[in-house]
Amino acid sequence: MIQLDFMAVLAQWPALLKGAGFTLALSGTAAVAGLGLGVACAWARAWGPRPVAAAVSAYVELIRNTPFIVQLFFIYFGLPSLGVKLSPEWASVLAMVVNLGAYAAEIVRAGIDGTPQGQWEAARSLALTEAQVFTRVVLPPALGRVWPALVSQIVIVMLGSAVCGQISAQELSYAANLIQSRNFRAFEATLIATAIYLLLSVGVRGLLNWLGPCFIFGRLPGAGR
Amino acid sequence: MVDFSLWDIFRNLLLAARWTVGLSLVAFVGGGLVGLALLLMRLAQWPGAQRGVAAYVQLFQGTPLLMPLFLAYFGLALLGLNVSAWVAAGMALTLYASAFLTEIWRGCVMAVPQGQWEAADSLALSFTEKMRHVVGPQALRIALPPTVGFLVQVIKGTALASVIGFIELTKAGTMITNATFRPFTVYACVALLYFALCWPVSAAARKLERSFKHGR
Repeated sequence: MIQLDFMAVLAQWPALLKGAGFTLALSGTAAVAGLGLGVACAWARAWGPRPVAAAVSAYVELIRNTPFIVQLFFIYFGLPSLGVKLSPEWASVLAMVVNLGAYAAEIVRAGIDGTPQGQWEAARSLALTEAQVFTRVVLPPALGRVWPALVSQIVIVMLGSAVCGQISAQELSYAANLIQSRNFRAFEATLIATAIYLLLSVGVRGLLNWLGPCFIFGRLPGAGR
Repeated sequence: MVDFSLWDIFRNLLLAARWTVGLSLVAFVGGGLVGLALLLMRLAQWPGAQRGVAAYVQLFQGTPLLMPLFLAYFGLALLGLNVSAWVAAGMALTLYASAFLTEIWRGCVMAVPQGQWEAADSLALSFTEKMRHVVGPQALRIALPPTVGFLVQVIKGTALASVIGFIELTKAGTMITNATFRPFTVYACVALLYFALCWPVSAAARKLERSFKHGR
């Protein structure tokens, strides 16, 4: 007879809470920096000098076709031999930013491609500079168009951060691992961690769906209509 | 002291990559079969299937792949079964793939125009006939590019099986690192091999998508 003892795991709720908080902190940092990187890459791919655009394309393809855990191990275990030593936390953040940046670049590009020609012409005819056209006219509606895809990608990266426990970054799955190493309730600890991840992903998705229109592409001409 | 040449590292990784390919195929084919069964249950409107499958999909899309892997590994052991990493990883990845594939395919079936369903109904075709002759072939064409694209996700997903001790490309990389103390070279080779596996599949998916768009 199997006896599940969830209380033994739940009794250590401070560790779980701390882990969940850490997962959110990692994901929040990675989301902001990753989106920035993605936008920069999308811009460089479309308007940068040719070698830069080629380098960005290579970066995007390389990241999208290798597993996150290998990228993480390469950064955490591999880079020190080049003299770049990172703590588990910073290695995790860096890996998540690099990963999200590649996917976001591709998504943002799709949004930019959907900009109607007339908007460009209208912006130029108002004598806006190239930079102004991009940041004021093209980018906000482009982000608005692809926001659902970006939100999904951010959630995927957050869930992917479960792997960061493997290099002892103290996020949620690390906390669950720690608890099961104390009381041998491996199945229960994992089940509870799974439930918390589910709550986090639903919560983060809801938050970002609300946040996007409010702050990131909210002040659009026509958005309020 | 044994010295490892670059070729030694690469050769051993290449051997380990067989297991990455094997596990990917098991998960993809198994996930396809389970996903298809779930899809048919949903389309045939079995009582409770709609909600049940939706919850199943949400569960896998809203949690890290690491969790089902751990649950399969620890959970089956709890039932008194002595599971190998193969069985646990194969099972977890199959379920994971089935959840995503069933959702992808549902979208494709829904993309078949409503008139086709109605036409089939008006000809009094049974559910099986409708799926086999009318909806199925059309949905299949739409489904091909995203399905091939998802194969890349499965291949990358197998890297996580290394965490429960399944010796595939990533785990082999870790083991070789421990023997050679050359993590930079080893993980670069590991990444390169994954790229060599995934990139052609990605390219094929892109090409299929493009030809599908122009074909209409």
